[in-house]
Amino acid sequence: MDILILLIPLSLVLVGIIAWVILWAVKSGQFDDLEGPAHSIIMDDDSPPKSDDDPKP
Amino acid sequence: MSHPHGLTDAPPFSGCFHCGLPVPDGAHYPIQFENQTKQTCCRGCQAVAQTIIDSGQGAYYTHRTALPATAREAEAELAQMGLYDLPEIQESFVRTESENIREAALILENIVCAACIWLNERHIAGLPGVLSVEINYATRRARVRWDNSRIQLSAILKAVTDIGYIAHPFDPGRSDDIHRRERNTAIRRLAIAGLGMMQVMMYALPSYTATDMTDDIRLLMRWASLVLTIPVVLYSAWPFFIGAWRDLKRRMLGMDVPVALGVGTAFVASVYGTFSGHGEVYYDSVTMFVFLLLTGRFLEMNARRRAGAAVEELVKLIPAAATRLPHWPARDEEQIPVARLAVGDHVLVRPGETLPADGEVVEGDSAVNEAMLTGESLPVSKSAHAKVVGGSLNQASPLVVRVDRLGADTRLASIVRLLDRAQSEKPRIGQLADHAAAWFVGLLLLITFFVGLAWYVIDPSRTLWIVVSVLVVTCPCALGLATPAALTTATGRLTRLGLLATRGHALETLARATDLVFDKTGTLTHGRLSVRRVVPLGGRSAEEVGALAAALEAGSEHPIARAMSEAVNASVTADGIRNTPGRGVEGMIAGRTYRLGSPRFATAGAPPPESDDGASWVALAEKNEPIAWFALADTPRADADAALSALRQQGLRLHLLSGDAEGAVKTTAQQLGIDAWHAGALPEDKLAYVKALQQQGRIVAMVGDGINDAPVLAGAQVSIAMGEGTDVAQAAADMVMLGSRLATLAEGVALARKTQQIIRQNLGWALGYNLIAIPAAALGYVTPWMAGIGMSASSLLVVLNALRLSDFKYKATSAPAALRSQLSTLR
Repeated sequence: MDILILLIPLSLVLVGIIAWVILWAVKSGQFDDLEGPAHSIIMDDDSPPKSDDDPKP
Repeated sequence: MSHPHGLTDAPPFSGCFHCGLPVPDGAHYPIQFENQTKQTCCRGCQAVAQTIIDSGQGAYYTHRTALPATAREAEAELAQMGLYDLPEIQESFVRTESENIREAALILENIVCAACIWLNERHIAGLPGVLSVEINYATRRARVRWDNSRIQLSAILKAVTDIGYIAHPFDPGRSDDIHRRERNTAIRRLAIAGLGMMQVMMYALPSYTATDMTDDIRLLMRWASLVLTIPVVLYSAWPFFIGAWRDLKRRMLGMDVPVALGVGTAFVASVYGTFSGHGEVYYDSVTMFVFLLLTGRFLEMNARRRAGAAVEELVKLIPAAATRLPHWPARDEEQIPVARLAVGDHVLVRPGETLPADGEVVEGDSAVNEAMLTGESLPVSKSAHAKVVGGSLNQASPLVVRVDRLGADTRLASIVRLLDRAQSEKPRIGQLADHAAAWFVGLLLLITFFVGLAWYVIDPSRTLWIVVSVLVVTCPCALGLATPAALTTATGRLTRLGLLATRGHALETLARATDLVFDKTGTLTHGRLSVRRVVPLGGRSAEEVGALAAALEAGSEHPIARAMSEAVNASVTADGIRNTPGRGVEGMIAGRTYRLGSPRFATAGAPPPESDDGASWVALAEKNEPIAWFALADTPRADADAALSALRQQGLRLHLLSGDAEGAVKTTAQQLGIDAWHAGALPEDKLAYVKALQQQGRIVAMVGDGINDAPVLAGAQVSIAMGEGTDVAQAAADMVMLGSRLATLAEGVALARKTQQIIRQNLGWALGYNLIAIPAAALGYVTPWMAGIGMSASSLLVVLNALRLSDFKYKATSAPAALRSQLSTLR
């Protein structure tokens, strides 16, 4: 049972990390669009576009 | 959207490689794609396809699941785009982050499938100077950040036009940003409460079940639970405390008061228990309670939000730029942003342009499409001194308009306000539940007080825990969730069925409705003409004369022409077509001259065949001699008969009120089996009719579409507007039928009744539970953990019961209805 003395604080730390990740995800817009990503996952991109600084004429 | 092909096969589209329209004979706009030559229909599509392929995004053509709009439309937008770089235009929709970093929200038009999103994202992100772009699939909105020193907004908009889409700037300050913040806050609160709940439950469960736990472990778990519950109470549950405080300040007992009191008391008692080391803790109850309530509110918020999306689409109707005539009556023109227009300015509106503001015509003679305001699909003719409305579309010839009202004063803006207000209203049954809860809460507090008093006399050491037990066990969670959970689920289901509830009380009243009053044109009928009967003369066949008529009307957008071309395919072609507006057309077919139009125009006044069904007659004549008559009439919607008999089976009395002439109304009423009908009804007659019904104690639901229906829609207890109807009607209505599918009505009524039933079950359960739990807790039989589980279980039951509505299907009467409609066609 003594291991619980370590495990319980550890679980608190874990919850803290998870909460931080979720808050970060909300802030960075991960929850803004819950529909689109399901569609865009099938748009497998074989040919990456040219880089930003190399515009085509 | 969910076409199975397109992802694996080569594009199955024929015709133009880009837009799918047939490639005209003689057109030669080839394009190279994957080493094959493809044909496009016009220079626009060719340019768009070339741009897409050249920028390495040809994969769009293999991934798309629906065809884009033809590129021909996009051209017209280009002229205005330079204006979007002006600071006074950007003011309203561009956010300046630092000196050169700007961010704007854009509405994208012509988005039809996920591949479009992909294409636009890739294309915009590839522009030099664009820092980021995100496109929301659900709302079709894009957020673009760019470096103003490297690229102008107009260049971004033009890049979108290059690939065949149209981007409009959109003022996000009004709603989008606010909503995004609200939603993100709600998700954060929900996430914190959810995490807290799960973890606290992990600590709580062993303390309920384990028998060999030492005291120090138990204490450690309590402290850990405390640490997790603090953010749940102080952050997630914060809105409840604010709401309770607001209620108390207004000397009311709202739903938030017992919630705040329950959460507060249980939390404070638990903290006391944790510090003093004896007594019980309720962290699990507190966190679960907060999480469940927040979930309910979050779902409710989303449902309201969906209903609001329609409003924002209206805003973009007003164009960004206008052509001003600064020295009217001199004819010099200047292009200026609409934001800089002033009342009294004269603007020139060319055909195909949208009116920028409300005003009065001072010169010109044209037809204006006001469909978005009135639902009237036919253009309205406007000449000098006629009032015109901002957002309507000029169709025929140039108009000079003096601006009377601008911006927030326009009709369009007032419609938007109406809709906004409707959405912020609280459901009446929700108010009722709040009202009942106020009494319940008062009673509960009183009972708790006396219980506490009694136990203080009997055994002071147990007083606090029993008081908390009573508060927790009766925490009106189930009562609070009973109504919103059912309403939210039902609203969601209803929206998927195609019936949008824009006002809170709609569902409740619809369930109680006894009479259903219909408007005719546009509601029970399509609201546009179609050929009902063809009477060929002189031994010709109906096909023959139909082909002649269709050839004469080919290329015309007149409603009669549309009716003709829907009825038959033109197998011959006409030359030298001359159009006499308001009367008819004349043209040569195979060397003979034909006329098609009003009897007077085509035949010099030959009398049409007898009829009493209110149809209007169009004559086809050769040398003033009629060779065929076409009866044009508005026909009932295909599903009207089945839908009405389903409604009749639900015990509703049906009425038909129409402003049309008696013949047409009578025909429709007889076709659909409606006994109570009134023709020639003015808006005030309709309202009087509804009022008379209401005085007999009937509860009236009104279904209508036009601007003339707006008063009666507002007068009926519950009103439903057709989705393709006018926005004024929709603003006055409690519900909007999105797909204009009449069958939705019967489903809606059934769902509304089912919802009432579920709400009653929920309330009954919540009250019954409390009746048993309160005495038990008051007598000290309920240990706090039992109270917690009881409270959670009763809430869960209420939510699960409400969720039954989410896959509600209305079947009961559809089979006989279908049979009946088949029989009636056989007859």
